Amino acid sequence: MTATHTHTYQRGLPLFHSVFLVGCLPLFLGATLSDYAYANSYQIQWATFASWLNAGGLVFAGLALISSLISFFRAKPRRLMLLIYPALLLLTWILGFVNALIHARDAWGMMPIGFALSLVVTIFAGTAVWVGFSRFGHGGKP
Amino acid sequence: MKRALRRPHYYAAPLFLLLAAGSASAQEVTRYGPNPTLPEPSRGLLPNMSVPEPAEWGDALPSVPEGYTITAIATDLQIPRQTLVLPNGDILVAEGSGGNAPSLKPKDVIAGLIKSQGTTSVQSGNRLTLLRDADGDGRYEEQTTFAENLNAPYGLALIDDALYVANQDALVRFEYEEGQTQASGPPEVLTQLPAEINHHWTKAMTASADGEFLYVGIGSNSNITERGMEAEVNRAEIWQIDPDTGMHRPYATGLRNPTAMTIQPGTDQLWTVVNERDELGPDLVPDYLTTVQEGGFYGWPYSYWGQNIDPRVRPQNPEKVESAIAPDYSLGSHVAPLGLAFSIPEMGDEFAEGVFIGEHGSWNRADPVGYKVVFVPFSDGQPSGDPIDFVSGFLTDDGRARGRPVGVSIDPDGALIIADDLTNAIWRVTPNDA
Repeated sequence: MTATHTHTYQRGLPLFHSVFLVGCLPLFLGATLSDYAYANSYQIQWATFASWLNAGGLVFAGLALISSLISFFRAKPRRLMLLIYPALLLLTWILGFVNALIHARDAWGMMPIGFALSLVVTIFAGTAVWVGFSRFGHGGKP
Repeated sequence: MKRALRRPHYYAAPLFLLLAAGSASAQEVTRYGPNPTLPEPSRGLLPNMSVPEPAEWGDALPSVPEGYTITAIATDLQIPRQTLVLPNGDILVAEGSGGNAPSLKPKDVIAGLIKSQGTTSVQSGNRLTLLRDADGDGRYEEQTTFAENLNAPYGLALIDDALYVANQDALVRFEYEEGQTQASGPPEVLTQLPAEINHHWTKAMTASADGEFLYVGIGSNSNITERGMEAEVNRAEIWQIDPDTGMHRPYATGLRNPTAMTIQPGTDQLWTVVNERDELGPDLVPDYLTTVQEGGFYGWPYSYWGQNIDPRVRPQNPEKVESAIAPDYSLGSHVAPLGLAFSIPEMGDEFAEGVFIGEHGSWNRADPVGYKVVFVPFSDGQPSGDPIDFVSGFLTDDGRARGRPVGVSIDPDGALIIADDLTNAIWRVTPNDA
């Protein structure tokens, strides 16, 4: 049997791009869980955790967004479908930013909308990770 | 799509609504007095913040009513906050700035940067300065450091031969002899005061008319419990303190930040001005002037202006809300009253009966309010009209701040003494015909 083996070194997301993309998910998820803990306990520390976790998620999602745009412009052929992934990241980031402003409200002032937004952002971030590594993203085979 | 792009206001309108939802236009608004208009709480995505940048006075002076003169009797001070006129006419000035509240959320870091634009860059003095006008010509030619190495001193009170100073962390006592220009030694600590975090650090103080008690105001440790309920133990209260033993008890509670207190001549009633909570809109919650009822609860944090529940506080406390007292007199939202003094007939007929209030000025509002000293007229011992501007002109026409009034006190000879922590000066206003 002869195996034809094609070396595709640039296949999959580059390391840093992957770290940025995957990194934002547990941060946003952490924010959601912290919001949940705050809603249940009224312990303000959880709300503070949520604020910083969301801010961390924004940093990673922002870097992933930049990386995804660079990948898109370097892709050949530059298929329009490849825009789904950056668009998802952009949406995640915008919602996450709005969530940061909501979380800046004092004490219970950010509830319940803060918790709801955290959940939505987490779902979007998860979807972005999935799409990012799929064939619609930049991680799949061309 | 293309059509919409050519009409940017399609986007601008919703964006404006989103960002400025906090500034609902109000029709017939009563800002002052016992029954202020309380609009629905509102807060856009971004809180309203507008901090006037500092400006120089040049040759200008604050404006005073016709027939009055204002002069700066001391300049280049180190954040003067409150003053006390001593029996021989000397003026003591408490200088300094305190608080060590850490930034908890990303928001605190950003808000801190913005707010610092509107304050002086001068270092906290942590001292008392004594001003003396020996020849009575209205110029305070002698200026000495009465005491130093204090910790953000603010409240000042004299009972007989004891001078009490409320530092941000402790109430201390100096021996005082009339004519002294310098303390004879380091002070003795009478009692510790709540000082952890010290989000609101100023410890306002006054002595009861009979000298039996001191009253010390202890501000809350947050805007509205965002540092946790645990941080609010012993906060947002006025303490009654025995000056001999230092024993203390809460005299009134639920006062978010009582920044100045004084005793009404004649009735011996304790009055205070309180800085109320932020981020509920530009016309909420009114800062107020009120009598302090012994054992009274004034709402913070659960409710404002009586029974209006603040939705940001969890867990809520309906029983406390039920018992909350509505204050006597609204000074308007966000004006930040920091000084309070009863007037005397020597201040002139129009300003003979009432209180002077130093308003440090707003930051949590699109168009600034405060930044002046107002006079609230009284009759029969009660507020009887809207505040009148007594000293203004601290804001320039282009919206910058030349000064910010803090403490006010009355010189029995007929003068109003105003501390200004942005100009770093003491102003003195006198009627011309006196």
